[in-house]
Amino acid sequence: MEFEAVIGLEVHAQLLTETKIFCSCKNEFGAPPNTNVCPVCLGMPGSLPVLNKKAVEYAVKAALALNCKINRYSVFARKHYFYPDLPKAYQITQYELPFAENGWIEIEKPDGTKKKIRIKRIHMEEDAGKTIHGEGLDPNSYVDLNRAGTPLIEIVSEPDISTPEEARLYMQKLRDILVWIGVNDGNLEEGSLRCDANVSIRPKGSDKLGTRTEIKNVNSFRFIQKALEYEIERQIKVVRSGGEVVQETRLFDSQRGITKTMRTKEEAEDYRYFPEPDLPPLIIDDEWLESIKASLPELPDQVKERFIRDYGITSYDADILVRDRALARFFEEAAKNYSGEAKKVANIIISDLLGALNEEKLEISESPVEPLHVAQLLELVDKEVISLRVAKEEIIPEMVKSGKEPRAIVEEKGLVQISDESALKEIIKKVLENNEKAVKQYREGNDKQKQKAVKFLIGQVMKETRGKANPKLLNQLIPQVLEEV
Amino acid sequence: MELLNKSLRELNELIKRKEVKPTEILEELLNRIKETEPKLNAYITVTEEKARKKAEIADKELEKLGEDEIPELFGIPLSIKDNINVENVRMTCASKILENFISPYDATVIKKLRERGAIFVGKNNLDEFAMGSSTETSYFGPTKNPWDLERVPGGSSGGSAAAVSARSAIASLGSDTGGSIRQPAALCGVVGLKPTYGRVSRYGLTAFASSLDQIGPITKTVEDAAYLLNIISGQDSKDATSVRIPVPDFLENLNNEIKGLKAGLPKEYFVEGIEPEVKEKVLEAVKKLESLGVEIEEISLPNTKYAVETYYIIAPAEASSNLGRFDGVRYTYRAKDYKNLIDMYCKTRAEGFGDEVKRRIMIGTYTLSAGYYDAYYLKAQKVRTLIYQGFQNAFEKVDFIVTPVSPTTAFRIGEKTDDPIKMYLSDIFTIAVNLAGLPAISIPCGFDNKNLPVGLQIIGKAFDEVTILNVANVIEKELNLNTIPPV
Ligand SMILES: [Zn+2]
Repeated sequence: MEFEAVIGLEVHAQLLTETKIFCSCKNEFGAPPNTNVCPVCLGMPGSLPVLNKKAVEYAVKAALALNCKINRYSVFARKHYFYPDLPKAYQITQYELPFAENGWIEIEKPDGTKKKIRIKRIHMEEDAGKTIHGEGLDPNSYVDLNRAGTPLIEIVSEPDISTPEEARLYMQKLRDILVWIGVNDGNLEEGSLRCDANVSIRPKGSDKLGTRTEIKNVNSFRFIQKALEYEIERQIKVVRSGGEVVQETRLFDSQRGITKTMRTKEEAEDYRYFPEPDLPPLIIDDEWLESIKASLPELPDQVKERFIRDYGITSYDADILVRDRALARFFEEAAKNYSGEAKKVANIIISDLLGALNEEKLEISESPVEPLHVAQLLELVDKEVISLRVAKEEIIPEMVKSGKEPRAIVEEKGLVQISDESALKEIIKKVLENNEKAVKQYREGNDKQKQKAVKFLIGQVMKETRGKANPKLLNQLIPQVLEEV
Repeated sequence: MELLNKSLRELNELIKRKEVKPTEILEELLNRIKETEPKLNAYITVTEEKARKKAEIADKELEKLGEDEIPELFGIPLSIKDNINVENVRMTCASKILENFISPYDATVIKKLRERGAIFVGKNNLDEFAMGSSTETSYFGPTKNPWDLERVPGGSSGGSAAAVSARSAIASLGSDTGGSIRQPAALCGVVGLKPTYGRVSRYGLTAFASSLDQIGPITKTVEDAAYLLNIISGQDSKDATSVRIPVPDFLENLNNEIKGLKAGLPKEYFVEGIEPEVKEKVLEAVKKLESLGVEIEEISLPNTKYAVETYYIIAPAEASSNLGRFDGVRYTYRAKDYKNLIDMYCKTRAEGFGDEVKRRIMIGTYTLSAGYYDAYYLKAQKVRTLIYQGFQNAFEKVDFIVTPVSPTTAFRIGEKTDDPIKMYLSDIFTIAVNLAGLPAISIPCGFDNKNLPVGLQIIGKAFDEVTILNVANVIEKELNLNTIPPV
């Protein structure tokens, strides 16, 4: 029997607000332990939560970008459990009435096919602190409550995902969108995005759902795929050998690439949810919703479509350009300032500028090169002031290093293209003297060999001129000189 | 004791005229506390040295200040129920689990009182975490009633009420979840006001049942209650349940104009379980109102009979949640020996909480569990809505409602401790008010044949503290009772 998997993901995303969700403590990663805390996020007796409006706005922004319906009336609830990093012994979250429901995102598989993954609900909640266990012989555990009260949204998908690869693509797409709209920093390593996966198997084509397991702690794109691959394989083995999958929570061991039982259904906690009496229901009125909508930028899919339509670039290039909002903006500005084909802009950014920035360990958002400079650079090539090769190999790296305009670099370094025919002829003559073999090949060879020889000689002239010779002219002049000599 | 009998307004005037210095008031108060505490046990903590330092500073400041620069509470020492945070002062909530907890911050009400010049002299005894009606569940021992030291002062704000009654406090703040200000005020013969839910910020009040708790004054007179309410009221950006609504001048509105008002007398409040003398004294006060031109109308609040049951589902549910934070991890008592984390939690809470608190945590945990939530908590919330609507209907016909505060006068220490249900029923007349979020005031309206005070409750429309204070003030003046206890 063949099996298929049914997968749903629960993704926790931290919101990039200045302050925490229920107090005015700073929301930042990496501060010394227990420094960003106050009576509220420490759960001191008598302290009360007050909802951070910015957190609501970020959450709604995310929900709109994920095509959700915004519930104008939603309710916070308390979820109870005891753990040292949960100061109040309950987490303030949303339960029966979340603020957003019924959304979707579209993923594109490597073969180009697209698939919609539905989002069941998104709710707002507070993060817990961190428990750190002592290393080596230290028997103590330590609690850092800086993270307690960080605003989170939990995005719950429908079980529309069928393969580990789709799960990874969904997670990546989610990350790209949240980073794009500026509500999350996309940093999985620091826990800004965390993923739990629910997975079950069933005979291929069946519409019944099997018993699912939940995998916790899959915190990289690679691990999501690996953990699911392992878990699906494991469930199939259990069923094939006549056993039954047990409903349980499992933990992914990234070192060994396996999942292990964490707790069974019987051990599952009763969270005793009830409406949070300290917070009135969250009401999002028309005016507020409209102002949030207005602040939402054009989304990556829309931008991609527009780039293909308006700038005539390939789908492949567009995909790369919309992976980062700053990059897309950079491209568009450069393209707008350039009189030639935008395709060339896309090409030089993707194949040269990004590499050069990478060499200097810079993000596009930190680029010393202005979009206008890229346009100017391409104009210089078009006007045959410099060759494309010089532009790519000499000028771009220098622009990244110094942030200077291309024209200034060209002049400073004397990189102006040699288009003077007599000057070029002199250089060609010199090159011919040093390359008798090629000359001989040209004279004695057939058409194909002639072409090969010319090509070789162009390369030699380029070498001699450090790429400054006008390649178009060389194409005419080399055969001409060969005939003359 | 002369100064301690004065009203807040009188003390403020004496200070303004510089006829009395803050240290004089404080020393008189500290002497009275030393004299009465061995008998009453109304305080858990007396911050003698701190208060003395503040009073000395106030003395010096006073020399420099002009009459109109002196705020309402300048140099006046107040006491506070020990479940409200006062910065750098121990706050125990009368529990072993917080025996050594020092508050890291001021509650909003404390901040407001401080801004008006108040000095804090100590923290009053209460039932552990305000759970009780007699102040007997305190880890620090029961408070005694100044009218009869064999009897309870009521609860949970029993320490505040006993101290104000015995003049070992000038005025105090209590908290009221199901009657915890009004019932002890009645049993001790003082004034207790529970404001409308949302009128006063709860920030800094240790939560018992968040949707019911409200801070309010316990004072010698109605005027003093209005005086303090003026200062502690108002929307607070730190309490999302506090309400943005104008705060009238409650003092200025004590204008004695009650003629033509309509009072409702709920028939359900004068039947079973009520002591004849309590009924008698309350009805005498009602007669008085009638003679002053108030129209009396019998009304019905049919759903009040479910109030106690409803309360004992909602309050413990919220309490079980609110008390989870006392877990031994950060600032509470922690058990000495434990094997692992779970063991630490269990032992800490088993050793740290008293029986009544544990009982309510267990009830609350049970009613919130999966499978029981709908049958208990959700249903109780629906009944709560009906109780609220019952009051709404009544307030279409009347301006305020008059009832007894407690079915009995002060009972004997130990009399009800073995029977929680009997104890719970002593709040039968006060609980519905919290469920509906309404304001209500308790004032003395006479004494029984054992010379124990009887309380009268006046319930108002939401945010209409003005009317109930005004009516209470008139009755207080008309009855002109001697409310100084023998202690
Ligand atoms: Zn904080």
